[in-house]
Amino acid sequence: MSHSELASAPAPPSIWHMYRAMVGVGVFCGLLIVSVFQVTLPRIERNKAEALQKAIFHVLPNASTSTTYYFDEEVGFKLLEGDDVGEPLVYAGYDDAQQLVGLAIEAQGMGYQDVIALIYGYSFAEEAIIGIQVLESKETPGLGDKIETDPDFLANFESLDVSVRGDGSALANPVVPVKNGEKTKPWEVDGITGATISSVAIANLLDRSAQYWVPRIRRKLSDFQGQE
Amino acid sequence: MASSKSSTDEFIKGLWNENPVFVQVLGMCPVLAVSNTAMNALAMGLATAFVLIMSNIVVSSLRSFIPKQVRIATYILIIATFVTVVDYVIQAVSLDLYKALGAFISLIVVNCLILGRAEAFASKNTVVRSTLDGLGMGIGFAFALFCLGAVREILGNGSLFGAPLFHDSFQKWVVMILPSGGFFTLAGWLLLFNWLKQRKAKREAATTLGLRKEVA
Repeated sequence: MSHSELASAPAPPSIWHMYRAMVGVGVFCGLLIVSVFQVTLPRIERNKAEALQKAIFHVLPNASTSTTYYFDEEVGFKLLEGDDVGEPLVYAGYDDAQQLVGLAIEAQGMGYQDVIALIYGYSFAEEAIIGIQVLESKETPGLGDKIETDPDFLANFESLDVSVRGDGSALANPVVPVKNGEKTKPWEVDGITGATISSVAIANLLDRSAQYWVPRIRRKLSDFQGQE
Repeated sequence: MASSKSSTDEFIKGLWNENPVFVQVLGMCPVLAVSNTAMNALAMGLATAFVLIMSNIVVSSLRSFIPKQVRIATYILIIATFVTVVDYVIQAVSLDLYKALGAFISLIVVNCLILGRAEAFASKNTVVRSTLDGLGMGIGFAFALFCLGAVREILGNGSLFGAPLFHDSFQKWVVMILPSGGFFTLAGWLLLFNWLKQRKAKREAATTLGLRKEVA
């Protein structure tokens, strides 16, 4: 570049100008984000809590109220009160007569696209899963997302046997996926043609979760009834 | 020249003549990915339009304050802020919608349409003109997404906005809802727009030719 060109080029802005622009815009943006976050936070938390409540009553149709418990391997199930923090959580559903009807349990596993998270209802009387609701899934629209809408598939979970063995150590029969139309046993899950991977994923994640939870729930049943 | 255009022209150009999707072919990632249903497409279009309008307003009002050397970083910061705002607002309005749009809300930040308008238009024009430009381009973008989403939902799922349109015996074209359907539908719309443009050009050429002959 020649001297004359250098002289004619506009003077570069001072560092102060650049700092002023970036820091100024940064502060403005930060303030905006924080205020929007503060304003929307209660609404978002309420939406999430409502969605969870709705899901709990969806999978436990006989329940009219629910309470939250957390599980600890040593002490068993404890009622979650006030500011308690504990994981993992289960939700106990009670009917109008304050009788325990079942538990709603969250479970997740890998689907076709991403993790599928769902909540299922476990009935004490039937020793079975009596309903599921998908909470989060990014399965292919039109194919994999049939796990949320296909009535024949959802009928699998109206009474899916998860009874425990005599010694209470594990499920009597694991939950197993079978091909569409081949379900003969109450613990089998009839798959969806065109959504094989997603429907098998649901069966497997339910099996894994039930294998963990159901024997523990049966062993610690008194933890819940004590609250009635 | 941009400045020779009237304010109405600034608004209208984005809707039709310079439509971001059908003419400029910008911001294809959400266009192809989130247009599987009319509702998702419209929501995504409106979210993008909001970010576009707000970033155009802020960028144009700060245009003498932002030195050229740091402009892109500053624009991205402004755009990302409004995307975060939209993200929270959608979560507050409806979790179902938030679930459906998924990761694509955050990806509005890198939609080249928004940075393109900030750089090419808002940084050189007044707030009023930039707002009109943002409005036009934003509505044009939302309209284009809706066109794609509606076609894909009608053919792929036999419904519009979730309401079934056909008899149960309608065989759904599942491919239209899958990613490839996005390309097919976009190709169809581009074909239509280019055909319209060509026809218009031919007619204009014919009229000028006719005028010349008359003069001669």
